Amino acid sequence: MSDHAVSLPAATGAIRLEASGPRGPKPRHVFSRRNIFLYGTLIVVALYYLLPLYVMVVTSLKGMPEIRLGNIFSPPLEITFEPWVKAWSSACTGLNCDGLSRGFWNSVRITIPSVILSIAIASVNGYALANWRFKGADTFFVILIVGAFIPYQVMIYPIVIILREIGLYGSLSGLVIVHSIFGMPILTLLFRNYFSSMPEELFRAARVDGAGFWGIYFRIMLPMSLPIFVVAIILQVTGIWNDFLFGVVYTRPDTYPMTVQLNNIVNSVQGVKEYNVNMAATILTGLVPLVVYFISGKLFVRGIAAGAVKG
Amino acid sequence: MSKSERPNQLFRNLNAKVASIPMILTALVIFVGGSAWTVLYSFTNSKLLPRLNFVGLDQYYRLWSTPRWLISIENLLVYGVLSLVFSLVIGFMLAALLDQKIRFEDTFRTIFLYPFALSFIVTGLVWQWLLNPEFGIQGVVRGLGWESFNFDPLYNSSIVIYGILIAALWQGTGLIMCLMLAGLRGIDEDIWKAARVDGIPMWKTYLFIIIPMMRPVFITALVIIAAGIVKVYDLVVAQTSGGPGIASEVPAKYVYDYMFFAQNLGQGFAASTMMLLSVVVVIVPWAYLEFGGKKRV
Repeated sequence: MSDHAVSLPAATGAIRLEASGPRGPKPRHVFSRRNIFLYGTLIVVALYYLLPLYVMVVTSLKGMPEIRLGNIFSPPLEITFEPWVKAWSSACTGLNCDGLSRGFWNSVRITIPSVILSIAIASVNGYALANWRFKGADTFFVILIVGAFIPYQVMIYPIVIILREIGLYGSLSGLVIVHSIFGMPILTLLFRNYFSSMPEELFRAARVDGAGFWGIYFRIMLPMSLPIFVVAIILQVTGIWNDFLFGVVYTRPDTYPMTVQLNNIVNSVQGVKEYNVNMAATILTGLVPLVVYFISGKLFVRGIAAGAVKG
Repeated sequence: MSKSERPNQLFRNLNAKVASIPMILTALVIFVGGSAWTVLYSFTNSKLLPRLNFVGLDQYYRLWSTPRWLISIENLLVYGVLSLVFSLVIGFMLAALLDQKIRFEDTFRTIFLYPFALSFIVTGLVWQWLLNPEFGIQGVVRGLGWESFNFDPLYNSSIVIYGILIAALWQGTGLIMCLMLAGLRGIDEDIWKAARVDGIPMWKTYLFIIIPMMRPVFITALVIIAAGIVKVYDLVVAQTSGGPGIASEVPAKYVYDYMFFAQNLGQGFAASTMMLLSVVVVIVPWAYLEFGGKKRV
């Protein structure tokens, strides 16, 4: 037995050696006309996509005199971090002059509970829909998915009334509830599809062993579905951080999330426009989702692909 | 699946039902209830507060005779058609380019998709700056010596919507590209081999074989883009605030402004009901195609 097991890798190794002759497609010239066209186009398009990011960074590092004289594409002659400091700690929105930091912390306090709450609700929903289907469950699910396409504007005002009735209008917790509601369709779909694709024998075996609804969820489903939780977290963090409409409707100036505050800083009519501060503020606001995006890499793509294609 | 839970079904599923309460509440109270409430109140003359004082279709007559709403609709149509066409074309072409077994595919994909991670507010503000006539692209080209160069979409009311379109495409095409790329990867390699053996040129293979095969992906992309078009709001707010004048207004902004600034709730409800109607017009045929198609198979 053991002899056989040892000799097997050696044999495959030998086969691989023999087969390593001329295989695969014909090697192409690096500078063929096709390649020049292909890579040329891709590089030009890539530069176009990168241009706004470059201009943002470059502008935010210049002083105002240099911006007025120079070209938005030219690199800064004198690098200054003044605009960044100002954008973070002393840019004005209306009468408040404490910079974007307030909006940043508001956004943090909105995003973290919203992500946790929406994912907790949606994963349990998805699990119930995949494994514990009860009569009528699918009807509610269809309503939920169709509801995802209803323009938010249709439901904004009724929610204002509901939140006012329960005394949460204008507070951060009210906004957290709103984010959990509107994150539910896509997340429930994501989790339902994932849990349905897990082998059913697992679920049956756990049932036979006497595990109940929550037992199976916490001891089997949850540990086995970490990747989908990561995808959901990525989706929600970027989505909630980038939200503007709900922020502007359901919060007050002192609880504005970062995007709303950014818009107020940049588009304020009073005072001299400080383009460098504006761009620094813009980068600061975009930084969190960008970091999430660059760290998560392929998972981000998988997340949007799962959310979109299977829908 | 339901076989294993036949005995005591009602009792055994109690946990699942309790766990589904948030979903049921959201579906019934918010999605169905909220929409019905808004539609109902769009037939009233509510001003500052919602009141059930029915005035029939008055709000709709007023809506369709308000210049600002008509401009909003016109903008939405222009923006919608163009962004649909360009997103699909650019998205597909980028995906096709990336599908040529190129090197650094991941790098290129990362670059094309990163704007999608940014919010519409950030996108709008960056492009507001790039399209600034004094310092932006126009200023730079003029500075190079071409004094009569004109490119100021955000300050020219007849082309402002194209300025918004540029920003929207920059932000959103990466997503469509990803969907298309996934679709292209799902196509059997043998199709390509067969087409090559038959001597069909590459563009013809794409146009007549691959694209028809990717119909589901195109439909998905279409629905995603269409749903996004109706909701467009943040981008306009950040980039132009609806200006110059009212040249770049969109329906979503009309709704918000009438509900929360003009204190004319009835108008806001009527406008949002029109938005709902436009979505229904898009969704119903799609649902019909989707579900009709599934039944046939």
